[in-house]
Amino acid sequence: MLLRHTPKEITERKALTINPAKTCQPIGAMYAALGVHGCLPHSHGSQGCCAYHRSALTRHYKEPVSASTSSFTEGASVFGGQANMLQAINNIFTVYNPEVIAVHTTCLSETIGDDLPQIKKKAETEGKIPAGKHVISASTPSYSGSHVTGFSNMVKAMADMAEPTGKKNGKVNIIPGWVEPADMEEIKRLTSMVGVQTILFPDTSGVLNGPLSGEYKMFPDGGTTVAELKSSGDSIGTLALGEWCSADAARFLDKAHKVPCSVLDMPFGLKATDRFIDALRTVAGVTVPDELSMERGQLVDLISDMHQYFYKKKVALAGDPDQLIAMTEFLVSIDMCPVHIVTGTPGKKFEKRIREITKDMGCEVNVKAKGDLFQLHQWIKNEPVDLLICNTYGKYIARDEDIPLVRWGFPILDRQGHQYFPTVGYKGGLRLLEKILGVIMDRKDRDDPEETFELVL
Amino acid sequence: MRKVAIYGKGGIGKSTTTQNTVAGLVELGRKIMVVGCDPKADSTRLLLGGLAQKSVLDTLREEGEDVELDDIRKEGYGGTWCVESGGPEPGVGCAGRGIITSINMLESLGAYEDSEALDYAFYDVLGDVVCGGFAMPIRDGKAEEIYIVVSGEMMAMYAANNISKGIVKFAQSGSVRLGGLICNSRAVDNEAEMIEKFAAKLGTKMIHFVPRHNDVQRAEINRKTVIEWKPEVPQAEVYRELAKAIDENKDFVIPTPMEIEVLEELLMEYGLMQAA
Repeated sequence: MLLRHTPKEITERKALTINPAKTCQPIGAMYAALGVHGCLPHSHGSQGCCAYHRSALTRHYKEPVSASTSSFTEGASVFGGQANMLQAINNIFTVYNPEVIAVHTTCLSETIGDDLPQIKKKAETEGKIPAGKHVISASTPSYSGSHVTGFSNMVKAMADMAEPTGKKNGKVNIIPGWVEPADMEEIKRLTSMVGVQTILFPDTSGVLNGPLSGEYKMFPDGGTTVAELKSSGDSIGTLALGEWCSADAARFLDKAHKVPCSVLDMPFGLKATDRFIDALRTVAGVTVPDELSMERGQLVDLISDMHQYFYKKKVALAGDPDQLIAMTEFLVSIDMCPVHIVTGTPGKKFEKRIREITKDMGCEVNVKAKGDLFQLHQWIKNEPVDLLICNTYGKYIARDEDIPLVRWGFPILDRQGHQYFPTVGYKGGLRLLEKILGVIMDRKDRDDPEETFELVL
Repeated sequence: MRKVAIYGKGGIGKSTTTQNTVAGLVELGRKIMVVGCDPKADSTRLLLGGLAQKSVLDTLREEGEDVELDDIRKEGYGGTWCVESGGPEPGVGCAGRGIITSINMLESLGAYEDSEALDYAFYDVLGDVVCGGFAMPIRDGKAEEIYIVVSGEMMAMYAANNISKGIVKFAQSGSVRLGGLICNSRAVDNEAEMIEKFAAKLGTKMIHFVPRHNDVQRAEINRKTVIEWKPEVPQAEVYRELAKAIDENKDFVIPTPMEIEVLEELLMEYGLMQAA
């Protein structure tokens, strides 16, 4: 009972977060930056920040994560980090020679008030950025927003690389949001099935799920190329998946370069995938190919075959807003009851959206943005659930309350597979249901008395 | 929209000058937003008829991050929008970060959007450019014209010279420029001549000379700008002229701050003229 001190009785808390359901902005910025080919993330702050953010990503993706730091000392905190960053840019291009340096700030450099665009321009004027190389930057103070905000800010910085030529390229920008490398791969498979040419950014497939070949590549083969990012201003449209992760970048391209955008939910589950495929189909002006209808049909088949096991099962969810919105809709659509939903990321829109999705479900729903896992645990103590879907941090609650756990989201530190098997799209929907059914059935087999212990379920 | 920041030594009369000038611009039919960037939150008192404004950071502290535009801006004299950034209580926290937070928040809430139809945004900034936070209003894309309020006193000129150094740093990479010096007279001998010379050395001009007059103080007691309090007094006319000078100003430069010795010489030269 590691969480035995969590009381059942809920008292109002204003200024205290216990077991947060979020992490630092720069972790998101770093993950996004790794989705650009030949990009070195750079942390503008003290060394500890950079070390932590790299290890947080490595623990989830089980891949080396290279990133550099401005290595602030006492002096830099007093005088500002400009000198450190100028030297860093110089060193990085000399030693590692990336295509792009993606700089994000930290709490310290934000509080000092370092102005990254100004420092970047100074580096340009002083000739520290070689011809054809790029420095992009995002402001990522961890004391506002969450890792999701940091991700979104860095994706917006990528959109800022767009250089429209005035001639349309016939492609569609797809901003996938913070999903696994395998999910990015799956999104590319879906778009090519429908026959849409795309620019997907960021794209961490082939970067954070790479093979072990015996040869170390500091910059793996995957990632959106600089040429693609530049061309994103010439695209015929943008599909942004997820309001929190992707909408800012899409709206920026719309506003700055008149690339029309639509913001969709992340394509988790049946309905959200339907909407994504429908948007692709509309853009391409084609009918949905038979192979894709087949995949959809398989998902519908599994849902109906196993419906009795989903029906009215109560679920608690914790994670990031875009993922939770799609997941909640999916669970409601298969007659499960997501009753407790928490994200650590702020945004009242989240609560509103969840209320809309769950309004006809017929159960009381607890939902909180800027909440924490302590609160989720208390809710579960008051209204027990049959399933918990959460990142690895949920395992403490699952153990104490003896609830089946499906690990989903970021970070997953103690299981494998998330890098390789997608949960987006219809195939991803099948995998999610496989996981959900797996833990529910295991629990049933464990708990059923001998007389009802069934061979066939 | 023209984006203007007013800087100057603490106590020089930035807030008073800004608000009185804004009143003059209102008479010219301009739509203005005044953003007070001072933890004391007293930059819009005359336009609002008292310290009636809840600051951005107070709102943030009490109501959390889901703030709406109408929570943090209030309509003052002649339809001006008044915003106070506010900040921590004296001696704690980080006032500079407060300014960064407030300005970011105003931007994300759309206070500067075309739909707001602003002619001017004025930033009234506390004292000197002491740290990154206080430079926020002159970062690229924020204020584009700076006016420094100064007087013939050594420390005021010294501060103005220092502020110019800050402007140079940001002007090299962005669009911020110095629009001129506003001399808020302390009745020092040869003040106008000295400030004109000082301005010339900085590569700019003295855009207006505001003589010292008790009507400013009287209007302040009444929590009004001079123009609102007694439109007919001569001091009101001074502010109208200043407003017009700013409205018509087209000379924007990257300043050339001087070494302290040069500044001392300047003071000696004009100070000795008085002795003679």
